[in-house]
Amino acid sequence: MKVLVDRGKCQGYGNCVIAEPRVFDLDDDGFVQLLVDEPPEDLRAQVGHAVRDCPARALNLGD
Amino acid sequence: MHRQRRVVVAGASLAGIRTAETLRDRGFDGEVVLVGAEKRLPYDRPPLSKAVLGGQASPDDIQLLSADRLAALDLDLRLGRRARALDPAGKTLELDDGEPLAYDQLVIATGSAPWMPRDWDLFQGVYPLRTVDDCLAIRSALQGSPRVAVVGGGFLGSEVASTARRLGCDVVLIQPLAAPMARILGSEIALACAEVPLAAGVRLVCGSSAEGFDGGARVERVRLRDGRMIDADVVVVGIGARPVTDWLAGSGVHISDGVLCDHRCATSVADVYAAGDVARWFNPLFEQTMRVEHWTNASEQGAFVARALLDGGRSGSYSPVPFVWSEQYGVKIEIAGVPQPTDRIRIVEGTLAEQRFVALYEREERLTGVVALNSTRSMLKYRRLLAQSGSRGERVDAPSISS
Repeated sequence: MKVLVDRGKCQGYGNCVIAEPRVFDLDDDGFVQLLVDEPPEDLRAQVGHAVRDCPARALNLGD
Repeated sequence: MHRQRRVVVAGASLAGIRTAETLRDRGFDGEVVLVGAEKRLPYDRPPLSKAVLGGQASPDDIQLLSADRLAALDLDLRLGRRARALDPAGKTLELDDGEPLAYDQLVIATGSAPWMPRDWDLFQGVYPLRTVDDCLAIRSALQGSPRVAVVGGGFLGSEVASTARRLGCDVVLIQPLAAPMARILGSEIALACAEVPLAAGVRLVCGSSAEGFDGGARVERVRLRDGRMIDADVVVVGIGARPVTDWLAGSGVHISDGVLCDHRCATSVADVYAAGDVARWFNPLFEQTMRVEHWTNASEQGAFVARALLDGGRSGSYSPVPFVWSEQYGVKIEIAGVPQPTDRIRIVEGTLAEQRFVALYEREERLTGVVALNSTRSMLKYRRLLAQSGSRGERVDAPSISS
């Protein structure tokens, strides 16, 4: 599973980190960073919530 | 003939859409019927006071679901229709055209409607802001740099004032307390934050509320309770919203400023749940019922309710840390938890003067909420702390999260 990040859209709200802290964090500048490049399949539901909980639509789920 | 299991969602905005998406994600292959009052395809509301009102985004840019995604979800979408009544004994919803709609499980996600005192919107030039149509009407009215009065200094009013000012309008923000957002932030923090709109050239009229309007067919002035008059060509009213529950009268669904729900978002009626602005549920983390009219809650609660529909009692409790953000005058404000103006408030990072700070709100030595200005990473730390502890949690003097 690939997570596609558009850092230009990220506003640093952190909803993705709340939804799945094993995959997402905010960097020192307060923008999203991925903790793992390809999250394991068993996190798909939680990563899906993280993607949808982004108010800035900075995240997408790839295959 | 055997009928498929059918979930009906009354309300096709964010909470309702998230319910539907999560049902499909989790493999639900029965019918999902979404009933939406607006004719437009479901869209996101936060940009209505910001990017769409300001002209940087169009209504097409803020659709919640692409055409492909919508098709993949295989929804029975009933747009431009409202639920009119609920018959729990017959497990049937009645739509406003009289059609009965049977359900196995029902989700109430009818949202909230802007509060507008009677007769206020009889004047041309007076607008609420809830829908894309409202937004486009205001956007059009803001052409030609009119004098704008914004009634209400909460998030919505403050964001509208910010956007109208950026478009070059003369803007007056009218609000009853000492400063905008004082009802949320407390007066000390709110007064400090008031420097931001003032620096942007917004005139603040505080300490009195609007009583009504003067003018002909069009509004010309806002009349305040203390007798002051404010000239205005355009008035935007943002004085709060009420949950849309009138259609549930007599249904047996308990209502008290929202649809009353337990910790699993289940209502007083079997197989009926609620999510989003309309739901007043018991949040075990803070040991209180709450109703939250913000984006993040609609998204999270819609998703939770889908799990509750599929898993029953095994879904656990819905116990989020409420979170809301606002963008005004280039400043990012975030609020988490349940801060009250009467809480003890202390700044733990940054300063009010530099317009970058984190303020903790405490009651009886416990952390209840956090307000952050231009401090997103720090806010995340405190959201996690609140999630661990809620209102019962650890003393704030000993935060247990290191970064």
